[in-house]
Amino acid sequence: MEVGRLPISASQRGKLISAGYTTLSSLSSLSPSDLALGAQTAWDMLHEDEMFPRITTSCLDLDNVLGGGINCKEVTEIGGVPGIGKTQLGIQLAVNVQIPVDYGGLGAKAIYIDTEGSFMVERVLQIAEACIEDMTECNGLLRKDFQAGQLKMHPNNILENIFYFRVCSYTEQIALTNYLDKFISEHKDVKVVIVDSVTFHFRQDFDDMALRTRLLSGIALKLMKLAKEHGLAVVLLNQVTTKYIEGSFQLTLALGDSWSHSCTNRVILYWNGNERYAYIDKSPSLRSASAPYSVTSKGIRNSASNCKRIRMM
Amino acid sequence: MANKLIREIGLPKSIANIFAARNIVTAKDALSLTEFELMELLDVGWAEVTSAVAHISAIVCPPYQSALSLMEQRVQNEHLAGHLPTRLKGLDEALCGGIPFGVLTELVGPAGIGKTQFCLKLSLLASLPSSYGGLDGHVIYIDVESKFSSRRLIEIGAKSFPEIFLTKGMAQKMSGRILVWRPASLSEFTEREYEQGIPRQHPLGWHVSFIKSLAEFSRIPIVVTNQVRSQSRDEACQFSFQVQRWKETKEDQARYGSHLVAALGVHWAHAVTIRLVLEAKSGQRFLKVSKSPISPPLAFPFDITASGMSLLSDDGIDLTGPDINAIRSQGHSDIINFTGESLQ
Repeated sequence: MEVGRLPISASQRGKLISAGYTTLSSLSSLSPSDLALGAQTAWDMLHEDEMFPRITTSCLDLDNVLGGGINCKEVTEIGGVPGIGKTQLGIQLAVNVQIPVDYGGLGAKAIYIDTEGSFMVERVLQIAEACIEDMTECNGLLRKDFQAGQLKMHPNNILENIFYFRVCSYTEQIALTNYLDKFISEHKDVKVVIVDSVTFHFRQDFDDMALRTRLLSGIALKLMKLAKEHGLAVVLLNQVTTKYIEGSFQLTLALGDSWSHSCTNRVILYWNGNERYAYIDKSPSLRSASAPYSVTSKGIRNSASNCKRIRMM
Repeated sequence: MANKLIREIGLPKSIANIFAARNIVTAKDALSLTEFELMELLDVGWAEVTSAVAHISAIVCPPYQSALSLMEQRVQNEHLAGHLPTRLKGLDEALCGGIPFGVLTELVGPAGIGKTQFCLKLSLLASLPSSYGGLDGHVIYIDVESKFSSRRLIEIGAKSFPEIFLTKGMAQKMSGRILVWRPASLSEFTEREYEQGIPRQHPLGWHVSFIKSLAEFSRIPIVVTNQVRSQSRDEACQFSFQVQRWKETKEDQARYGSHLVAALGVHWAHAVTIRLVLEAKSGQRFLKVSKSPISPPLAFPFDITASGMSLLSDDGIDLTGPDINAIRSQGHSDIINFTGESLQ
């Protein structure tokens, strides 16, 4: 059984895999002191996890390049061409943040701010059902080894814990950003805020570009403050536009150069041949790397070709 | 909500008067300035400005609901939880019931592939009584290219729903619910004063926002058709970190044999929620679910018959990779006359 499906926190999983332990059988023959060699003590790891929990994306490779998952306390921008899976990733994160602590998640709630109307409840239900299925399967396989409690979650519980806001203009977007602080103080178990997409209302009919830059940096600062103070993850989804660089037109994320400085982390989703890839474009703590992922009926999952490779090991 | 007047928000009188004196009338005016700018403009302290802005924001902010209540609302109040069935089994399954309400669905493909035929069928389906699976409603058909054919519409109706259409007066009643509007010129259609000299951010910007809000608030399906254009050599299709693989991509494109892309660019591609690509590959027409938050990337072979569009297979072909977005025009017969037979 793959380590990727064990009910441990995302950052612990990341550490085990980078040390070369990818299956349960590879771990079973080791003693605790073997694992501790070259790693931190369990106490330190526990502290670090408590301080910086991460939200899994349900794709092992993607979690790895993200250092375990989407980081709380930081603003992560995710951009890509239409149809690459930005909304899918947003919905997956809104569901995954609710994974109970016993299963390596945060057991928290999500805020989904929809500026484009791409939030389809049918899809959220599909992804929620698949998430519960995976957890139940995990529960069934490991009940002898771990004292995991019986899973009592229903997909409707997951839908209940996603707070949905529909924003129709940039004024409402600014107002909502201002109001979030108060809202989150009243709902302290929210640990992720997803804005899908932050771009839409700022690309329509803005005559004064300097004003747009000022408003966007205002929003970015407020969101960074929100992330830091409440210890939650802010995920901003962005669109692409074309830019003339070095003699040719290239794709780049929208909202301009000033905005590209505003977010702490920047992930670009793109097509590489027939596969979807995520590239860490900018991050203070993560190396630039690409990871393949796929969008399935269950949501974001590992890329199919990679799955085969891991199984062979 | 953006145009809510400051004087109706219920701010303390003193600060409300200062806003009025400085000609900040709506919430939009107030929130378009940063707190520092407001402090400077209104000549009041930081604490006062932040509390006023917080108050305005709380009022203007849209209400929230849980995803569960959103779903329950739709299931209770709307036809098939907010879908217009197309009667194409494979497509309806892929779209979780049919063309969804409240979002933009786009049909894009080369000329003569069947976009207008599909639209005619959809208009009929929407006007049918609910006992026959329709929405029992009116349809606004904006016919920019003057392709609407009422004769063809009646033919599709008679062939697809003979039991309804052959009943006396039903054909008139159903087609009477479809309002066709033919704008005489482009300016009549866009109708927005063109301000000279100010560079427009995007020529379609306002319209995209408006049509999406309209779909959202009225909770109706909005379907648009789009044309194709050929892809230029300079087409942007890669990010800067991918540049070293430029030559490989050019070869890939040649292999796909696709030199057509949807018109209106990547901005419009982002704005539509669902994109259905109609293409012809080696003489066979395909309907591809190119962009959809609720469907897997499937391609269905189809034909245009007397009763509209029909799928040749309800099990779509799974297309991984960017091929789902490719638009080809290889060898379909171009003209279909309104009796449904293709001209040889």
